Amino acid sequence: MNLDTSPKLACPDLLRLGGEHPVLLGSRCTDCGEVYFPASEGCTRCCSTAMETFALGSFGTLWSWTIQGFQPKSPYNGGEAEADFQPYGVGYIEMPSGVKVESRLTLADPAQLKIGMPMVLVLLPYRQVPGEAPVYTYAFAPA
Amino acid sequence: MDNEVAIIGIGMHPFGRTDALSGQQQGAHAVREALKDAGIEWKDVGVAYGGSQDGGNADALSNQLGLTGLPFVNVANGCATGGSALASVIAAIQSGMAEIGVAVGFDKHPRGAFNPKPKDWGLEDWYGETGLMLTTQFFALKTRRYMFEHGITDDALVRIAQRAFRNGALTPHAWRRRELSYAEIAESMAVNLPLRKFMFCNPAEGGAALVLCSAKHARKYTANPVIVKAAVMRTRHHGSFEVFNPGLAAQQSPAPTVMASRAAFEFAGVGPQDIDVIQLQDTDSGSELIHIAENGFCEHGEQQHLLASGATDINGRLPINTDGGCLANGEPVGASGLRQVIEICTQLRGQAGQRQVPGTPRLGYTHVYGAPGVSAVTILQAG
Repeated sequence: MNLDTSPKLACPDLLRLGGEHPVLLGSRCTDCGEVYFPASEGCTRCCSTAMETFALGSFGTLWSWTIQGFQPKSPYNGGEAEADFQPYGVGYIEMPSGVKVESRLTLADPAQLKIGMPMVLVLLPYRQVPGEAPVYTYAFAPA
Repeated sequence: MDNEVAIIGIGMHPFGRTDALSGQQQGAHAVREALKDAGIEWKDVGVAYGGSQDGGNADALSNQLGLTGLPFVNVANGCATGGSALASVIAAIQSGMAEIGVAVGFDKHPRGAFNPKPKDWGLEDWYGETGLMLTTQFFALKTRRYMFEHGITDDALVRIAQRAFRNGALTPHAWRRRELSYAEIAESMAVNLPLRKFMFCNPAEGGAALVLCSAKHARKYTANPVIVKAAVMRTRHHGSFEVFNPGLAAQQSPAPTVMASRAAFEFAGVGPQDIDVIQLQDTDSGSELIHIAENGFCEHGEQQHLLASGATDINGRLPINTDGGCLANGEPVGASGLRQVIEICTQLRGQAGQRQVPGTPRLGYTHVYGAPGVSAVTILQAG
């Protein structure tokens, strides 16, 4: 990713940047090993509060998907006029730990989305308002 | 059981849009109708539980119905509000706290989809801001995965919606009373694929109320009481696939519906094969699809054939959502679960007119499911 300056992120705490691909961060229960995204302060599986940061990685497979066909109401802040809204893909990506991460997809074409396809983490400028720095979020693209 | 509770009165304010009336006025209307049906007055009621999501406090209905001093408890359990109110009234009557109780639900939602705030759900702003916090998206993602795992096609989703509007057209108090063709549904706007416009219910307005008493006194009030054989509410376990979850656990666990359904069948001492008429939560076609199996009425994957063969129609083996369900009635969240109970009572009393299930239905079933992972089930028997 070539960005002249560090990108403005909607969710900076969820990502580790600087490597070849962004890495998603979650947490893991040190008592039972259950993995969470985003990081959780407690384990809903075993009720422990002993949690550590856990890197979920950059690669996964598409576990489910839909296309957001209408412009969401607030608190969505994509910033485009209603007439300019473009449907976007949303999915759950199964990461190597087995946890599924809900994410924007870079594709919104049903013909190109198949459950099980390999995916890679990227940054997506989901808010692009003239005169403002674009705001990025995490998203998955076909790997 | 000598401790059983019976429904002796049912009342509704029709669902839909009633601009001239507040949610509370529609709730009070429903209570008055239910009292009239039971042949009693508000001053005879010893306890009441009720709630709404967007329509205000239920106990304020006393300002319209009468300030009799009764204990009136507000219930706030999302889609399970009606079911929770009903279960609470039953427990109060069984405990001897009151002879007669009322359960009421009502609501009045703004038009269009719900727009929840991330902080209310313990989530951070980015989840809403980046366009991930939509109930319609959740239903679509869950449905897509379910169809993939169980080999179900879009045909099943269309048939569920088609049956809902067909039944709604036969239901005088339904909101959406126009039958829709297969093509109209299958080609309607892609809201969140695989779900389309006519596969979603709309937030709405309305009221629903029940009057209950101990089953051994029920015949003092009515010739056709309906016995509550089970009224169960359950919440999610770790690993359940629920709305507004940025991450899902590695291992999936059974849904709250499965837990509530199993417990209800156990309490009632009957099984899915004994049920004559069914109401399932159908906020969207995908949810009903999943709920048919989660409630034990078929194996996962059998729905495709059941729906195509007409088994879930009014004249079929498993009549589902005989009044058109949420799809044809809309969803005033607080009232929706009690609408289901009222429809089953109407069917068990043989008063459902053009949509009456043939024969003499004896056992009915209702199921609600909602955020953040709650489910309530009742099993009802003609008295």
